[in-house]
Amino acid sequence: MNPQAIIDGLVSGSTIGLGAIGLTLTYSILRFANFTHGDFLAWGAYLTLTVAGVLGGLAAGLGAPVYPFSFGWGLPLAILGGVVLTVTLALGLDRILFGRLRARGADAIIIVMASFGASMALRSLLEFIFTAKPAYFTKALQIANPLGFGMRATPDQLLVIGLTLLLVLALHLVVTHSATGRAMRAVSENPSLAGVYGIDVGKVIRVTWIIGAGMACIAGVMAGLLVQIRPYMGFDLLLPLFAAAILGGIGSIPGAMLGGLIIGLAEAFAVQIIGAEWRAAISFVILVLVLMLRPQGIFGQRGA
Amino acid sequence: MTALSLTDLRAGYDRDLPIVKGVSFTIEEGEAVCILGPNGAGKSTMIKAIAGLVPCFGGQVQLDDMDITGLPSHTLVRKGMGFVPQTENIFTRLTILENLQIAAQLLPRQARAGRIEAMLEMFPDLGSRPRELAGALSGGQRQMLAAARALLNEPRVLMLDEPSAGLSPKLVAQVFDTLRRISDAGVTLVLVEQNVRAALGLTDRALVLVDGRLAHDGPAADLHDGKLLGDLFLGHRAAEAGA
Repeated sequence: MNPQAIIDGLVSGSTIGLGAIGLTLTYSILRFANFTHGDFLAWGAYLTLTVAGVLGGLAAGLGAPVYPFSFGWGLPLAILGGVVLTVTLALGLDRILFGRLRARGADAIIIVMASFGASMALRSLLEFIFTAKPAYFTKALQIANPLGFGMRATPDQLLVIGLTLLLVLALHLVVTHSATGRAMRAVSENPSLAGVYGIDVGKVIRVTWIIGAGMACIAGVMAGLLVQIRPYMGFDLLLPLFAAAILGGIGSIPGAMLGGLIIGLAEAFAVQIIGAEWRAAISFVILVLVLMLRPQGIFGQRGA
Repeated sequence: MTALSLTDLRAGYDRDLPIVKGVSFTIEEGEAVCILGPNGAGKSTMIKAIAGLVPCFGGQVQLDDMDITGLPSHTLVRKGMGFVPQTENIFTRLTILENLQIAAQLLPRQARAGRIEAMLEMFPDLGSRPRELAGALSGGQRQMLAAARALLNEPRVLMLDEPSAGLSPKLVAQVFDTLRRISDAGVTLVLVEQNVRAALGLTDRALVLVDGRLAHDGPAADLHDGKLLGDLFLGHRAAEAGA
């Protein structure tokens, strides 16, 4: 077996894990499976690409690759703009759709179906605006550097893994040690009681969208940077995202990350052992196994 | 000075089938009042409507001289209203300290640590293990934590929904001792309670709710012998009042 599968798995697992964080937070605090989350990844990637294009038009030097990476300073700046725009999209969607359904006391299944419909609309809109033709942040070629033990990685890939770990650590600290994080955990356990404690539940919901959509945008950019950007990229990642969130335990940020890495590694090893055509099935198999054997996931609490 | 007043309050879960059907009363500052009534009388629904957790369909709720009708619960806490629900009244997946820290967020930053410390001293069972998960506490200790959380923000009016529910007699005595201390400190206390004897022993005044309507409002001492209360619970006096 080629040990390169470890690096491939960690890289794709980083994207899945980062994307699953938003999904797990939405699931635990808003109590519904948000199908639009995959589309936030795709929209995040396209919006960042658009901002990068605008920045490149304003200052051509921003697009020049910065050694050893394949992209220039324009991309980190564009990510900031992309995050703001993706968060705006998520907050807008909550205001015009999910928030109204919540206010009417709609059942979770109604909100899930609404998210399914919104997901299709967002995807079609993306295809209408940007066409189905793949787009790229960069077309620069990178040489994968040897890491030892038969593994290689490009600087971009190592950056993706490092940045993911940093973001997950920072988010974990926020959720476990800050007042905002305590309020999020409280709303996740009992929103009605949270109000009695003086927590503005609406504000916590907005923070959840901000974190979830922000992480989705960055995950979309990472996926786009390492492969390509397509309107369906988020939809294709949806099953691995759900599998990672449920495997890690709903509501757990380290759990979502660990779940993402496990899914990524399982996919990479499956490609080597049973063939690339089975890659997509792996997430499904893991999802079913977790639901049957440990429905609360790795870090989840039974009954949570 | 009036601390809490209800004027013709109608509330419930369905506008066409209100559970609270036009209740009016006033509670003076520093008073301890219990709300009694048979099961299904609308006691808990009324107290939840006051606390912003159940929709109000008509009438008015005033805290001091502020109209607080239908305001969301988190706003009411800031205005001086404390509420302890009957069940699920603490966050079991958070530690004791985290439960108090959440409540303390409403206080000025410099006052938070001091108030938390004061609550942990007031409830030694909690103070001895602040970093323990609240879910590990016994029923009585959970009520203590719920009361400590509500008191932390120094509410002018504290409402409790059946604080003795599910507790052993020993723990009920412990909880009511704590409530007496709170009342003695001048906090206006509104208590919905099924344990009539304990509630009447603690409070100055009793309101009896029957079928969503106020059937009696008078000194708690009047209900001690049980005869009047029995009549009220069975609807005899309510029928007379309505006739």
